[in-house]
Amino acid sequence: MTLKKTLLASVIGAAMTTALLPAAASAETSLRMAYDADPVSLDIHEQLSGGILQLSHMTFDPLVRWNKDLTFEPRLATAWEQVDDTTMRMTLRDDVTFHSGNSFTAEDVVWTVERLKRSPDFKAIFEPIASVTAIDDTTVEFKTSKPYPLLLNLATYVFPMDSAFYSGTDEDGDPKDEIVKNGNSYASTHLSGTGPYVVTERQQGVRIGFERFDDYWDEDSPGNVDNIVMTPISENATRVAALLSGDVDFIAPVPPNDLDRVREDENVQLVTMSGTRIILFHMNQERVEAFQDPRVRQAFAYAINQEGIADRLMKGFATPAAQFSPAGYAGHVDSLEPRYDLEKAKQLMADAGYEDGFEITMMAPNNRYVNDAKIAQAVAAMLARINVTVDLKTLPKAQYWGEYDDRVADMMMIGWHADTEDSANFHEYLTACPDADTGAGQYNAGNYCNPELDKLVAEANLEVDLAKRAEMLQQVEQALYDDAAFVPLHWQDLAWASASNVDIEPVLNVMNFPYLGDLVINEE
Amino acid sequence: MIAFLIKRLYHALLVMFIISIIAFAIQDNLGDPIQQMVGQSVPESEREALREELGLNDPFLVQYLRFAGNAVQFDFGYSYTFNQPTTEVIMRHLPATLELVAASTFLIIALSIPIGVYSAIRPRAWLSRFFMGVSIIGISIPVFLTAIVLIQLFAIGVSWSPFPADTGWGAWLNGVLSTEGGMPAYGRGDPVNVFGTWDTNFASLTGLTYLVLPAVSLASIMLPLFIRLIRAEMLEVLQSEYVKFARAKGISLRRIYFIHALKNTMLPVITVGGVQIGTLVAYTILTETVFQWPGMGLMFLNAIQRSDVPLIVTYLMIVGLIFVITNTLVDLIYGLVNPTVKLTGKPA
Repeated sequence: MTLKKTLLASVIGAAMTTALLPAAASAETSLRMAYDADPVSLDIHEQLSGGILQLSHMTFDPLVRWNKDLTFEPRLATAWEQVDDTTMRMTLRDDVTFHSGNSFTAEDVVWTVERLKRSPDFKAIFEPIASVTAIDDTTVEFKTSKPYPLLLNLATYVFPMDSAFYSGTDEDGDPKDEIVKNGNSYASTHLSGTGPYVVTERQQGVRIGFERFDDYWDEDSPGNVDNIVMTPISENATRVAALLSGDVDFIAPVPPNDLDRVREDENVQLVTMSGTRIILFHMNQERVEAFQDPRVRQAFAYAINQEGIADRLMKGFATPAAQFSPAGYAGHVDSLEPRYDLEKAKQLMADAGYEDGFEITMMAPNNRYVNDAKIAQAVAAMLARINVTVDLKTLPKAQYWGEYDDRVADMMMIGWHADTEDSANFHEYLTACPDADTGAGQYNAGNYCNPELDKLVAEANLEVDLAKRAEMLQQVEQALYDDAAFVPLHWQDLAWASASNVDIEPVLNVMNFPYLGDLVINEE
Repeated sequence: MIAFLIKRLYHALLVMFIISIIAFAIQDNLGDPIQQMVGQSVPESEREALREELGLNDPFLVQYLRFAGNAVQFDFGYSYTFNQPTTEVIMRHLPATLELVAASTFLIIALSIPIGVYSAIRPRAWLSRFFMGVSIIGISIPVFLTAIVLIQLFAIGVSWSPFPADTGWGAWLNGVLSTEGGMPAYGRGDPVNVFGTWDTNFASLTGLTYLVLPAVSLASIMLPLFIRLIRAEMLEVLQSEYVKFARAKGISLRRIYFIHALKNTMLPVITVGGVQIGTLVAYTILTETVFQWPGMGLMFLNAIQRSDVPLIVTYLMIVGLIFVITNTLVDLIYGLVNPTVKLTGKPA
C-alpha cells in the first residue's frame, strides 16, 4: 500500500513536472528595452538625472508619484494632511518589504530624507525641509522652516531606501551609506528597494538585467513583465533599427527623423507627448546695450517664428511656446501664444532707434537638444529680417556649458526642465536677478533682473493655498511675457516606441519615467 | 634581436610619454567633466567642491606629474563615469574590440589574396573588372554608411515590390529583390565567457551571427585597398625577370604563381598590412558606434562625450601601445620572410 502510494505519487509527480515545467517556462514574460543611456550608478542619490530617476521608479517606490494629469497618486504614502502651515503628516503603507526582506517603516523614510539632504545633487531641492520624524511605524511628519507649498512635489523624489541594508560598513571598511561621485561605493553597486524589480546583473554601458520582485506590495498593479533587459544604444539609427528588426521591444527616445519610419511600420507602435522641457534663448543685457530696451527684446520675440520652427524644422515634434510653464503647471497662462509678426518687430526696432539693426554673437549646443544647431541657424536667419546680423557658433555639449557659465555670447540657448515640476523653478534659475550667494539666476544668461518678480515668486513659495499660489505664478509668467525677458521657442516633445503587443501607452508620462512595474505585455 | 626589442621598448615608452602629454594638454578643450557628473540645478558651491576633490583646480604641471607618478606604477586613475580604475574598464572592453578586429582581419586575408591574385593573373577577365569596379566603390563609401545599409538589408529587411505581384514572374522578381532581415542589429548578444572578463563570440553559432555585420563593415574599409595592393604587386612581380626565366624553364604556372611570385608579392603587403591592422583598431570607433558593439571604440566615444579625461588618456596610450606592438611584430615577420633584412638596421 505504502509502496503503491509512493509509486503513484512519484508517477503523478513526474507527469506533473514534465507537463508543468514547459508551460511555466513559456509563461515568463520578458521585455527587452533600449534607452539612449544607462544609469550611471545604482545609488539613486548620486546624480539627479533622467536615467537615475527611471531606475528609481523600477527598483524603488516614491512616497507619491505623478500621474498623467500632473496630480499626485499615492504610492508608499497612502494619505497626507497639512497639519499646519509648516507641518505635513503622512501615513505609510504597512505591508511593504524591501528586496532584502526587511520590512519598510517610517524610520526608513527619515533615514532616506536625511541621506538626500547630504547628497550634493539633491540637497538644494531638500533644503526647505527642516526635520522629518517618525511618529510611529506608519506615520511620518515633515516639518519645514517656512510655509512650503511644494512638499508633495518633493515627496515624488523620496524613494525610501532600506536603511538596515545600507547601514554599517562594507568589506573595505567604508560606510555603506556614503555617497561617492567619483569612485566606488557600496550603494553604487548594491541595491535594496521596495520597487517592482530587483537588479540581477549590471555591466555598465552594456546591459542591466531586472527580475520582478516576488514580494512586491502592489498586487493591484496589472504589470505582468517578469524580466527586463535594458541595453543602452546611444546611436539613434541603431536604436530604431533594433526595434524594427525585432531585437528589442521598447525604445526611447525615438529620434524625430525616424518618426515617420516608425509610424508606418505595422509591427510597432509610436507614442508621442508634449514634454515639459522648454527651449529658449537668453538676450544678454550686460553685453548688448540694445537688449536693455524692452522694445528691442519684444522685437526679437515678434521676429522669431516659433510655430514655423516647430512645424517645419521639428516636423511637428515640438509644442510652440510663449512662456516657461507647459500646460498643467501652476503658472501656465492659457492666453499666452507665440507672437510672430514681422511688421510689428520692424516697427518696434524702429521705435527703439535700431532701424538699421546691429550685430550680435550667438551660441548654441549641437548635440544636446533635438535639432539644437539647426534651430539656432533658423533663429539667426529670422533675426536677419529685422537687420540683426548674427555671428553663430555651435559647440558640443561638453564644451558648451563652460562657455554658457561664462556668458560668452550675446544670445545663448538653453533647455530647462523644472526638477520640482513647478513654474517657480523656471524663474528662479533662468530669469531671477543673478545672485552668486543664493544661487538665484544661476543660468540667467540674459542678466534680466526684475526685483519685483523675484519678490512675487518668493511670496508664492510661502503660499500654501495652491489656487492663490497659481495666480501669483501666472502673474509672473505674464510679466515676463510683456517684458520679453527671454525668447521662448518650444517644449520639446517626447516619443517612445514599442512592439505592438507591448502596451506602453498607459505607463508613460510627460516626466519620462515609464512606470514599468505596471506594464502589460499581451500574449500574441 | 634583443637589441632590436630593447630599442622598440624605448620607442614604446617615448610614444606613451608624448601621447600622455598631448592628451593631458587638450583636456581643457574636452569640456568640463563636472557638468556630466551633476544634475543641472546643482549649485556652484557643490560643483566647486567636487572640482577640488578631483584635483581639477591644480595647475597643469601638478596634475600631470601626479598622473605620471601613478602611471609608472601602472595606476592610470579612476574613470569619472565608470567609477573604476581606467585600466579595468579598458580591459573589460578590449576583448570585444580584439574579436571584431580579428574577424575583420580574417575576412580581409581570406578574400583579398585570392581575389588580388586572380585579378593579376587574369587582368582582362570580366570577373577581375567586376572586382576592381566594386573595390573602387568600396573605397569611396564611408564605413558608417556601409554599416547602416547592412543593417537595413540584413537586420530589418526590405520589401520591394516594383513588379506586379499578381503575376508569377513579378512575384518572383520582387522576392529576389526583397530581403527578410533577421540578423542581429546591435550588440554582442550573449557571448560565452572564456575566463575572467573575456567573453567570446566565436564559441557559438549565435555569437557568430552577431559578429558578421560589424566585421563585414569594418573589413569593407581595408578590403578594397588590399585587393588593389596585392593585384598591383603581383602584376609587377609577374613582369620581373625571374618569373620570365622560370616560365622559360618550364616550371608549372601554378608553382610560379603561388610559390615564387606570391611570396615576393606578400613582402610589401605584410608591411602595409601590419600598419593597417593597427589602423583597424582606430576604425572600430565608427563601427562599434553604429552597431553598439560594446568594445573600446564605443567606450572611447562615450568617454569623449562625457569628458572622462582619465579614460581618454588611458585609451589613447593603449592604442599607441597596440600600434607599437603591431609594428614590431610586422618587422619580425618581415625578417622571417626575407632573411636578408637586418632588424637592428645596421648595415650587414
